[in-house]
Amino acid sequence: MNWIMPPGASTFVSPIDSLYYMILVITGIAFVVTEVALVVFLIKYRAKPGRRAHYTHGSVKAEVIWTAVPTIAVVLIGVLSGGVWNNIRGRDSVPENAYPIGVHGQQFEWMITYPGGDGALGTDDDFELRNQLHIPVDTPIAVHLTAEEVIHSFFIPSFRVKLDAMPGMPQVLWFQATETGSYELACAELCGIGHYRMRASVTVHTAEEYQQWMHEQGQPVALK
Amino acid sequence: MASIAAPVEHATHGHDPSFVRKYIFSTDHKIIGIQFLLMSLLFLLLGGLLAMVIRWQQGFPGQPMPGGGAFPETMISDGIVLPEFYNSLVTMHGTFMVFFAIMPLLVGVFGNYLIPLKIGAPDMAFPRLNMASFWLAVPAGFLMLAGFWVEGGHAAAGWTAYAPLSADPEWTGVSLGQQFWCVSLIVLGLSSILGATNYITTVINMRTQGMTWFRMPLSIWALFITAILVLLAMPILSGALIMLLFDQTLGTTFFLPGDGLPILWQHLFWFFGHPEVYILILPAMGFVSDIIANGSRKPIFGYHSMVFALIGIAFLGWIVWGHHMFQSGMNPTLGMTFMISTMVISVPSAIKVFNWLGTIWGGSVKFTVPMLNACAFVAMFIIGGLSGVFMASTPVDIYIHDTYFIVAHLHYVLFGGSLFAIFGAITFWYPKMFGRMMNPFWGKVHFWLTFIFYNLTFFPMHQLGLEGHMRRIYDAGRYDFLAGTSGLNVLISVSAFILFSVQIIFVINFIVSWFKGQRAPDNPWDDTGLEWTTPSPPPHGNWATAPTVHSAPYEFSVPGMEADFLMQDQQRERQPAAPSGGSIEGGAS
Repeated sequence: MNWIMPPGASTFVSPIDSLYYMILVITGIAFVVTEVALVVFLIKYRAKPGRRAHYTHGSVKAEVIWTAVPTIAVVLIGVLSGGVWNNIRGRDSVPENAYPIGVHGQQFEWMITYPGGDGALGTDDDFELRNQLHIPVDTPIAVHLTAEEVIHSFFIPSFRVKLDAMPGMPQVLWFQATETGSYELACAELCGIGHYRMRASVTVHTAEEYQQWMHEQGQPVALK
Repeated sequence: MASIAAPVEHATHGHDPSFVRKYIFSTDHKIIGIQFLLMSLLFLLLGGLLAMVIRWQQGFPGQPMPGGGAFPETMISDGIVLPEFYNSLVTMHGTFMVFFAIMPLLVGVFGNYLIPLKIGAPDMAFPRLNMASFWLAVPAGFLMLAGFWVEGGHAAAGWTAYAPLSADPEWTGVSLGQQFWCVSLIVLGLSSILGATNYITTVINMRTQGMTWFRMPLSIWALFITAILVLLAMPILSGALIMLLFDQTLGTTFFLPGDGLPILWQHLFWFFGHPEVYILILPAMGFVSDIIANGSRKPIFGYHSMVFALIGIAFLGWIVWGHHMFQSGMNPTLGMTFMISTMVISVPSAIKVFNWLGTIWGGSVKFTVPMLNACAFVAMFIIGGLSGVFMASTPVDIYIHDTYFIVAHLHYVLFGGSLFAIFGAITFWYPKMFGRMMNPFWGKVHFWLTFIFYNLTFFPMHQLGLEGHMRRIYDAGRYDFLAGTSGLNVLISVSAFILFSVQIIFVINFIVSWFKGQRAPDNPWDDTGLEWTTPSPPPHGNWATAPTVHSAPYEFSVPGMEADFLMQDQQRERQPAAPSGGSIEGGAS
């Protein structure tokens, strides 16, 4: 157990991991205080001949304190989480210049639709690849997420990104990769016999490499 | 004993009942409680066995499982667990554990056994409904078992049965199995609803003279509140299950994309499912409160706050279901609302933990087997409660949702929490149930081995979750980012095998003590509850004359008394001059 979040490569890594470590510290303190109190009390107040238990029914003061302290702690965590949540998932959070890519989950593969030369989905120059997600670095990506038949879940651990692909309910999620390299896209929602092998490769290119790659696919590219 | 039993062989049983009426189709709440106990312990073992197969595949993927040849070729072929069977395994492990082991152990067993005995009633308000409740649960269990042998295999869409995977056989190849699953749970739901009606009526109407609401032990408060949750939550599940069954068999499209809405299933399931989570923990909290007060020889600290915390959890439990669906794509503003309500519900749980610590503080702790298990409950529930905060934070949940982090969390609550409380409760009330003591030495051996290997099994799962290891995946070896987890998976699997093996100690202790255990006195733990004022085991009708309650539930170590406990039907002999400090009724009322 090292409690450390694995390395990541998107703009969400820092806010999410920071929240995680903050909660780890707060719950860590609560854990140590309560568990130590439990063990100390059990040893210190073990039955000994000639000593009777202290007869008491409680203390209003203690109740007030241990109601107030956790309340403050969880409200603090809630408020801080709320801000991050809004930036990542809020309805208006998707940047306007985000580069659109279609991702369609189906048993048991990810069909990726690229916008082609015009940089817009739903036009004639769109093209589709199976289980290969290529994106440019440092560019907000808007994933237009759909599913064919059952629920899948779009999960790129290194980007701290996860959203269910719901059949009949298209959704958009966005992220921005910060480092070039190879990553993995997994399905995080049980979707049938082949759920465990519903994997796609994720390749983050520099802007130039991405244009180059698009050319190799027979497409000119226009990054906004 | 006979002289007490004789006069209460009353109206319904004028003559000596036959064996069948007495032990099989019994209307006696104590027999029904024991019937539920034997049934649910068998299902607990079965659920554990399924978990062992899961752990084999996780620890040693692609290697032939010892004993795998005993399974049909459609499940385990040449010793290799098949992926379709793996999906059934995770589905049925969850289903059996939640619906056929933990829930009946907490509610069916102890609701039946304890409620009349602890409130001074001769039996349940509706003994025949009670019998019906058990005899509906049995066919439900058989039906659920039968699903393993039908064509297409058993349900494989997870215990949460997310539609459309569960709604259309086309996507899993499972049709009959999923339908058996639905029908079985509908029948079991009916059983639970009958039981809950009975518990609520009994607690409201049949408390003996002097048993006021605030003299009820916390176990009874917890069971009463749980029964209300069951009565309100189970019909929602039943309704959703009927719709799911119609989608599968009649061609309706409630949960199918297009005309229906897949996410509707999740809303219905979790609107039941989150109260269900509290159904699976509130009674455990009640038993632990009873046992810790007894083991510490002290009145429970903050009795009234404990009651209000139970009530608070029960109310808030209805408005947090969306936290299971943060990554489903529901409205992000709604996600914020559910995050706040989820954060708030952790407060009453924290209050309960602090009050248990307050109860042990200044006590005179006797380390009986029930007390050890109850303390383990507190220690493990703290971990389970705190790990919940990570997932309540919606942004952190983006990463750990549907990973082993949630698997670790839910097992810390349901195994570390509920199951340790169940071990505590079984060992505590076993003498009353069977008239004999369980062996304390083997009880302690079982406790320590379980405690150690439980933690070795489930604690590392937090780490798996942090690595991003998805739950319910057949083979993590497919992913480069999970390449480093195989060692951890082996450790978890080996610990799990040992954890399962040491449960044999409990099984043997349970069975042997039944026949050869030391005879139990009426009140082996020097407890204050009414159940200890009647012989072990109690006769039919429980008391010759109904007891009258004079005292609060946990009057241990009362100053000025020679004994360190004052039973609820006793009156304090010498009233000391106005007690100083905390008032008798103390707490935050």
